[in-house]
Amino acid sequence: MAKVSMTVNGKAVSGEVEGRTLLSTFLREGLGLTGTHIGCDTSQCGACTVHVDGKQVKSCAMFAAEADGAEVRTIEGMANADGSLSVIQQAFQDHHGLQCGFCTPGMVMAAASLLADNPKPTEAEVRHHLEGNMCRCTGYHNIVKAVLAASGQDAGQIAAE
Amino acid sequence: MHNFELVKPSTIAEAVAALGQEGAQALSGGQTLIPTMKQRLNMPDMLVSLTGIAEMKGVCKGDGGLHIGAATQHAVVAKEAAAAYPALAKLAGGIGDPAVRNRGTIGGSLANNDPSACYPAAALASGATIVTNQRSIAADDYFQGMFATALEEGEIITEIRFPIPEKAAYLKFEQPASRFALTGVFVAKYPSGVRVAVTGASNDGVFRWAEAEAALSANFAPSALESLSLSGEGMIADLHGSGDYRAHLAKVLTKRAVLAAS
Ligand SMILES: Cc1cc2nc3c(=O)[nH]c(=O)nc-3n(C[C@H](O)[C@H](O)[C@H](O)COP(=O)(O)OP(=O)(O)OC[C@H]3O[C@@H](n4cnc5c(N)ncnc54)[C@H](O)[C@@H]3O)c2cc1C
Ligand code: FES
Ligand code: FES
Repeated sequence: MAKVSMTVNGKAVSGEVEGRTLLSTFLREGLGLTGTHIGCDTSQCGACTVHVDGKQVKSCAMFAAEADGAEVRTIEGMANADGSLSVIQQAFQDHHGLQCGFCTPGMVMAAASLLADNPKPTEAEVRHHLEGNMCRCTGYHNIVKAVLAASGQDAGQIAAE
Repeated sequence: MHNFELVKPSTIAEAVAALGQEGAQALSGGQTLIPTMKQRLNMPDMLVSLTGIAEMKGVCKGDGGLHIGAATQHAVVAKEAAAAYPALAKLAGGIGDPAVRNRGTIGGSLANNDPSACYPAAALASGATIVTNQRSIAADDYFQGMFATALEEGEIITEIRFPIPEKAAYLKFEQPASRFALTGVFVAKYPSGVRVAVTGASNDGVFRWAEAEAALSANFAPSALESLSLSGEGMIADLHGSGDYRAHLAKVLTKRAVLAAS
């Protein structure tokens, strides 16, 4: 066991981990932050997406000890300080960008990293960026709409088939 | 996953010393290694993380063309190689998805030598040099078949040097679920001639298509490839496509790469 310390959603945290402890396991079981979902555990689905030092990563494909000293952000850190939904989260709700909600934490984290890098993405750029995030419910159109709306663009033309 | 000890050296020398121990293995981005450890296809006693080694990171111009540290993530190559070697940057930006590109590294990809990976095609078509802690290996000698390379036990790639071509392009026909290359072709035109490397097709991993290289060196146009064909024999055949299909794709992609080369 080794001690790891990191900042998660602005709060300093630490814990004992084994070499094999995944970042996703540390967040969910060590810190009780179960908003980070495990859909596949095989690097395919993106449900476990979090930000490490501002970059989106699959937390099931990184060891907790590799995040020692890092700034980590999870879905629990996305709402506004007063508890209201952030612009991206609100856009998912407004545009029906979720159904069961299982993929949503990963989608929101991926969308946030896209918009941080590229504040006005095109529809094609949104789709390209979300390639690693699977959704089994929505058919993606409303997710793309939500991300475009969150960027302040008119999402009206995207077909909601 | 079996448990192991994780060590994080900050120099190449420390990493090599740690890798000298029984059961030690290098960990770079972990995007290939961690999934294989979960399946217990790999059960190291110790992982030696390479991503905290500053001398193994970054993109810069040097004597060998564009030098890229082995622990440089795909996303960094996609940005930082864009001016000097746009085709290489584009390839890096097309690997997997954003999360994979933020963790996965060029050295990990070349060490793994997946028969459907993208970077091996770039290294072979560019006549790159694979620099390790021990020696320099020409790409032509480095790739030795599916998942096989010239690396010795405990040897690590530290840097890759890419001679910069006059024109180049990488075209990948994506396997839509994994986004690996169902077949991919990298074409690079140098003053000394054209090099063509095909990935995702052969059971022996990435290979150079000599006939296409000769034809394109004489005339760098898609029409130069008209009379050529690759055989489906020895090509990967799986549920995504037959050997003949991949051989056909390789020719189509080579033509498109010539058109796209800039
Ligand atoms: C969903 C998904 C999609 C992907 N899509 C693509 C794709 O489209 N194209 C593509 O090419 N790849 C793809 N990949 C693979 C990805 O590029 C990996 O990052 C890469 O293959 C391995 O790099 P890594 O840094 O993660 O290496 P690791 O997983 O850390 O290591 C891989 C192997 O290389 C060894 N190793 C690592 N670094 C070194 C070194 N410097 N010297 C010697 N040995 C070393 C390790 O011991 C291990 O055996 C994908 C992966 C995933 C999960
Ligand atoms: S749970 Fe990590 S990618 Fe699916
Ligand atoms: S909303 Fe159910 S998986 Fe995306």
